[in-house]
Amino acid sequence: MAANENVLIMDHVSYKYSPGTAYEVTALDDVSLTIKEGEFIGIIGHTGSGKSTLVQHLNGLMKATEGHVYFNGQDIYDKDYNMKNLRTQVGMVFQYPEHQLFETTVFEDVKFGPKNQGLSEEDQIKRAYEALELVKLPEEFFLASPFELSGGQKRRAAIAGVIAMKPSVLILDEPTAGLDPKGRDDVLSLISEMHEKRGDTVILVSHSMEDVANYVDRIIVMDTGKPVYDGTPSQVFANYKELEQMGLAAPAVTYVMNDLKDAGLDVATTATTVFEARDEILRMLNK
Amino acid sequence: MAFIKSKDLVHEYIRRDEEGNVESIQTALDHVNLNIEPGQFISILGHNGSGKSTFAKHINALLTPSEGMILVDGMNTSDEEYTFSVRQAAGMVFQNPDNQIIASVVDEDVAFGPENIGIPTDQIIERVENALKMVGMYKYKSHSPNKLSGGQKQRVAIAGVMAMEPKCIILDEPTAMLDPDGRADVLRAVHELNKLKHITVILITHYMEEVVDSDYVYVMEKGKIFMEGKPREIFKDVEKLKEHSLDVPQVTLLAHELKKAGVPLSDCILTRQELVDELVKIKKGGQI
Amino acid sequence: MLRDITIGQYYPADSVLHSLDPRVKLFATLVFIITLFGANNIFLFAFVLVTLIGIIKLSHVPFSFMVRGLRAIVVLLVIAGLFNMFLTPGRELVRFGFLKITDVGLKNAVLMTSRMVLLIIGTSVMTLTTTPNQLTDGLEKSFGFLKKVGVSVHEIALMMSIALRFIPILVEETDKIMKAQMARGADFESGNIFQKAKNMVPLLVPLFVSAFRRANDLSYAMEARCYNGGEGRTKMRPLKYSSLDQRAYICIFTYIILFYAVKFVM
Repeated sequence: MAANENVLIMDHVSYKYSPGTAYEVTALDDVSLTIKEGEFIGIIGHTGSGKSTLVQHLNGLMKATEGHVYFNGQDIYDKDYNMKNLRTQVGMVFQYPEHQLFETTVFEDVKFGPKNQGLSEEDQIKRAYEALELVKLPEEFFLASPFELSGGQKRRAAIAGVIAMKPSVLILDEPTAGLDPKGRDDVLSLISEMHEKRGDTVILVSHSMEDVANYVDRIIVMDTGKPVYDGTPSQVFANYKELEQMGLAAPAVTYVMNDLKDAGLDVATTATTVFEARDEILRMLNK
Repeated sequence: MAFIKSKDLVHEYIRRDEEGNVESIQTALDHVNLNIEPGQFISILGHNGSGKSTFAKHINALLTPSEGMILVDGMNTSDEEYTFSVRQAAGMVFQNPDNQIIASVVDEDVAFGPENIGIPTDQIIERVENALKMVGMYKYKSHSPNKLSGGQKQRVAIAGVMAMEPKCIILDEPTAMLDPDGRADVLRAVHELNKLKHITVILITHYMEEVVDSDYVYVMEKGKIFMEGKPREIFKDVEKLKEHSLDVPQVTLLAHELKKAGVPLSDCILTRQELVDELVKIKKGGQI
Repeated sequence: MLRDITIGQYYPADSVLHSLDPRVKLFATLVFIITLFGANNIFLFAFVLVTLIGIIKLSHVPFSFMVRGLRAIVVLLVIAGLFNMFLTPGRELVRFGFLKITDVGLKNAVLMTSRMVLLIIGTSVMTLTTTPNQLTDGLEKSFGFLKKVGVSVHEIALMMSIALRFIPILVEETDKIMKAQMARGADFESGNIFQKAKNMVPLLVPLFVSAFRRANDLSYAMEARCYNGGEGRTKMRPLKYSSLDQRAYICIFTYIILFYAVKFVM
């Protein structure tokens, strides 16, 4: 497949809970999106904005009440479409993924996905081994019970469980929820490293702007079931005042840069990370 | 007199095999000494496994020391006679909002504590209503907790503690599972309790930006207190914090990076306003 | 489907039924069940039905909300109805091969199914208008005499109310874990019954682990709030009969007298 081809397309997708009744709730409202191969995307929104609903449509766990979803050009709602295969191609790491661990050893648990794919025992072992290496779980834990690992290690093991299926698109829903800062940085840099190594498409769902700004190259902001902004981090954060009204905050540095500008200093306000902000301020001071 | 006084507090988790022989000993708290004055807002920072949650459980007499001692409002927690008085004086809010709400209706849950300590009926209703008002959850009093957001549930849990009229409230990572909105609401409620009701607050967290407004900060690592001081003193040492992979608020980090690059900023900048003001002064003064 | 279960759910509203003492409602439900199964002719049945409709009107709970509870057991009702219809001996009405419908069978099927439907609606009126805590308080008080023979009535009542609080949470959790395993290619639908049971392992293990973790957290939280068994506890809303409850009891007894009067006259 050529680079930058569209892997996933959402075409006027809507999702309603209890459609046609008094309890009808619109979770997704006429969403059209294209996701290109190799992109690293952050989807941001507060709780209830529809971001989790959105990504669950991408691997067919939720079925749109209206509209279509295409994976590699094929409509996933076609009658004879292989949904099980789609789920292995579009890997999904749920929030608190360690809650899905169930096997007696970490290694067996990671094999679960490949086993369901119908791979040979030999391939299952190979996949599990590779995945655990990729998430940098020390080998001494491979045969330990998953319930004996620390919080951060459990999460890596659970991520490995999805990676082992070799998905071409990897979706992570709040992968850092509940972790401490060290665990959070570890997981985020792990995801970004894996993205560089594997060249896959990664979709990171989060409510933390600062986390996302440091890693992704495209941000989609969801609000009331619709994507309201879609662009590079600096394009999106330029709307920091509107974001605030949606209950989201741009990274602190965005505010600093805007405050400096308001105070009459000649700075660009596009910085989204600490280092970009530093360089811009130094440039301004040295002028 | 100090409200909480811990002296050489040691806590060991001992794992035994089936025959009761000791398999391993893990020291969760290693000679912790600290004094907390009444009415203060204290933060305890640290990674998972640093011992901060174990320490919290000691203040509430959910755990008792293996060695050393801890006094809460003058009561020794090891003395079983005081267990319930200690728990009433120092209430505790936990991390997971779902796993600490007992009743299926908000006000019935808030009443659980007062009911347990035998408060007369007419006073319970008053306490419950006051507690819910304090955290801004009064209008949800007959709701089901399942319909509330994480931040709202956490505020109900705080009301549940406040209804017992404690002198101190310990919050063990109350915001770890919340979104930014919920996090801000919970922190606002806690700060109000401290300011308006003079409740001693002990906030245990791993988010640095949550401790900026506290009176005093302890940083724990491997069961020991390894840094302590006012927030400004703690944040001064950005390199040390980073070395221990503790979070540094973005503004402080930016100021630190600028300083490293030779910009003459003052030692510790905590807020956006401070940074902007200093930068404007530097530029206008043409010091660079 | 699990979400449709309305039994044990509370619907907050301001109605006469909501403000009644739970003991009155428990007693009324018991009376309702006895008369429902004692109604052996169409008049008595209509009498019970009209009373129930009146009570539903009083409850201020939308009717659609009540019938939602039925959706979960529709299959069960249909099977019970069919068994009654085809397997009861009597005068033959229609015949499909070896299956025949008899007059008694048809009557039984209709009666049985409508009784079940009314039973469920009737009991859900109680649970919808009574908070789980009130309900367990009512049970605790009504069965308080068992304490004398060594039954831990308070503990059982508390366990029940905690269970009711956590049912929706665990239902949601089941849904989440199921999705997470499906995302790893798990299959919960195909295969024979043994394969299906085996396929449930990836769902059940995490569910149990999570339930135990929650139980552990909860026990800490209860201890931290000075829980120490039923001794010395007070109540925010102790059960106390009001004049409204007295009137309700009068209504219930009037209903009983009317019902049996009609039953013996006919």
